[in-house]
Amino acid sequence: MFDRQAVMQEQDLAPPEALPMLSPEARRRQLKEKLIAWGVTAVAFTGIAALVLILVFVAKEALSLVTDAAAREEASFSKMFLPQLVRKGKPLAYVWQPVSGVPKVSMIPLFIGTLKTTAVSMLVAVPLGIFGALFAAEFAPRRLREVLKPTIELLAGIPSVVLGFFALMVMATFLQETFGFTSRLNAVVAGLGLALAIVPVIFTVTEDALTAVPRSYREASLALGATPWETAWKVVLPAAAPGILAACVLGFGRAIGETMIVLMASGNAAITSANLGDSVRSLSATIAAEMGEVVVGSPHYALLFFIGVELFLFTFVLNMLAGIWTKKVIQRLKGGAG
Amino acid sequence: MKKTLLSSLVALGLTVLPLAAQAGTVTVKGSDTMVILVQRWAEAFMKKNPSMKIQVTGGGSGTGLAALQNGTTDIAMSSREMKKAEEDKLKATAKAEPTGIAVARDGVTFYVNESNTLDALTVEQLKDIYLGDTTSWKAVGGADAPIVLYSRENSSGTYVFVKETVLAGEDFASAAQTLPGTAAVVNAVAKEKNGIGYGGAAFAKGIKELKVKKGNEAFAPSAQNVKSGKYPLSRDLFFYLRNKPAGDVKAFIDFALSAEGQAIVTQVGYFPVK
Repeated sequence: MFDRQAVMQEQDLAPPEALPMLSPEARRRQLKEKLIAWGVTAVAFTGIAALVLILVFVAKEALSLVTDAAAREEASFSKMFLPQLVRKGKPLAYVWQPVSGVPKVSMIPLFIGTLKTTAVSMLVAVPLGIFGALFAAEFAPRRLREVLKPTIELLAGIPSVVLGFFALMVMATFLQETFGFTSRLNAVVAGLGLALAIVPVIFTVTEDALTAVPRSYREASLALGATPWETAWKVVLPAAAPGILAACVLGFGRAIGETMIVLMASGNAAITSANLGDSVRSLSATIAAEMGEVVVGSPHYALLFFIGVELFLFTFVLNMLAGIWTKKVIQRLKGGAG
Repeated sequence: MKKTLLSSLVALGLTVLPLAAQAGTVTVKGSDTMVILVQRWAEAFMKKNPSMKIQVTGGGSGTGLAALQNGTTDIAMSSREMKKAEEDKLKATAKAEPTGIAVARDGVTFYVNESNTLDALTVEQLKDIYLGDTTSWKAVGGADAPIVLYSRENSSGTYVFVKETVLAGEDFASAAQTLPGTAAVVNAVAKEKNGIGYGGAAFAKGIKELKVKKGNEAFAPSAQNVKSGKYPLSRDLFFYLRNKPAGDVKAFIDFALSAEGQAIVTQVGYFPVK
């Protein structure tokens, strides 16, 4: 997205020369062109409008956390983010128990849950996706590549509920027997299930970025005596860095928002711990699990929408940071080339 | 041909007459636990009596009983007995003689993996386990292994039932994994050697239904024990009315308590009272 834009800007043509007088037919054609341009612009803005409307709706539903006195009392920001007294005679803790005599609404266990599953999935999927793409783009014989690419892209077409089911039934048992986890469903199982969903995303976008690196780079590198591996690792990979980063950000966005796999394979217990073998409850799974029966307009309802706002903010900030970083890398690459 | 004409005339009469009289509508409101059951009753009842219209809405037992007091519902569904205060208020404000009728029974079953050596636990032990105070099977007389808790999502009626009857209103331990549906819990416990879960009655490979100890006796969650009330983790599900049932309301309640109505109770996953 952003890297492509940057590339387009780079290739911007020189300003067009002054136009000569036009025949009526040419004018008509010009008008037609304009109309088409307007149409395309309108379509583009529909997408933006949809995004804005969604955000406005979600934020509006969450707003009662600030405006409504009862909601402020039940789910204040200090209750969401600071440790609270949960049971008499026990130390303060972060607990998510929104349906209770005294609702406990700490976001911390949900943050930790999302963080753990996302971290596991990225740790697995990023190297797998990037090295897979590097192999496919640089080393694989043409015929193998023609099989490899569509196969991995097909993996992206598997519905997440199927991946979740696979993680729940097959991977969970296997991993528990191998690593001896106390709980069968945990952050590792959910993270690996997620990795299945995001490897194809990272692979596809990275592969595109690698193939887009000009042939002359490779030829120059090989001509200077570098081995194919050195060329791939030290020349092609850095040149494709912005595209690869975009791939990782896309994968991260999918991982943080993916609901079904996590809902099925994580066990959904809101535990505050650093142990990857513990069951986790993610932000997205919480919305999915609790939205069905929540009383519309209650503090709990507003809280679920607030989680939606948080998820949006995470991906938004990450996209922005990645965009800034990409620009920097492109600048550096241009400077180096000049 | 004649027959169809006749029957369609009868059907027409049945649909037009009540419309003219604005009768034949019964509203039922209350316990979310009972909504599905009463909805099924209403469907079956309306199929038999096309002139009747039964409207079923949830909102919780308290909401239903409040609606009964306001006169906005004919029947209140409640998964608990009416409180003394509610009864007095209803008597005072509405000059009514509230009547409660048990229409079905609700019971929760705890499951463990079939390899678990335990057969029975007390309600107190179950409470400690689900509060997170007891974390090893050894503490309740089992093997030296950690207990892995399975629970239901907080939107489930069973979740609320266990919270009220076993945990006395306290919160489940954070470590309890929440799964959607009894089937998911059964499946998880069947695969988890140290697991414990709860839900409706289930017959599946790999799990064992725990008996619940009361005094020196242990009771299995069988239909018989639930019906007689011997099984400790069971409760009545009530219909509350302002006065003695009469007319359309009586017809509906009679249907619910009939053999056909009680068969629906079993289908939905609860226990019959008759």
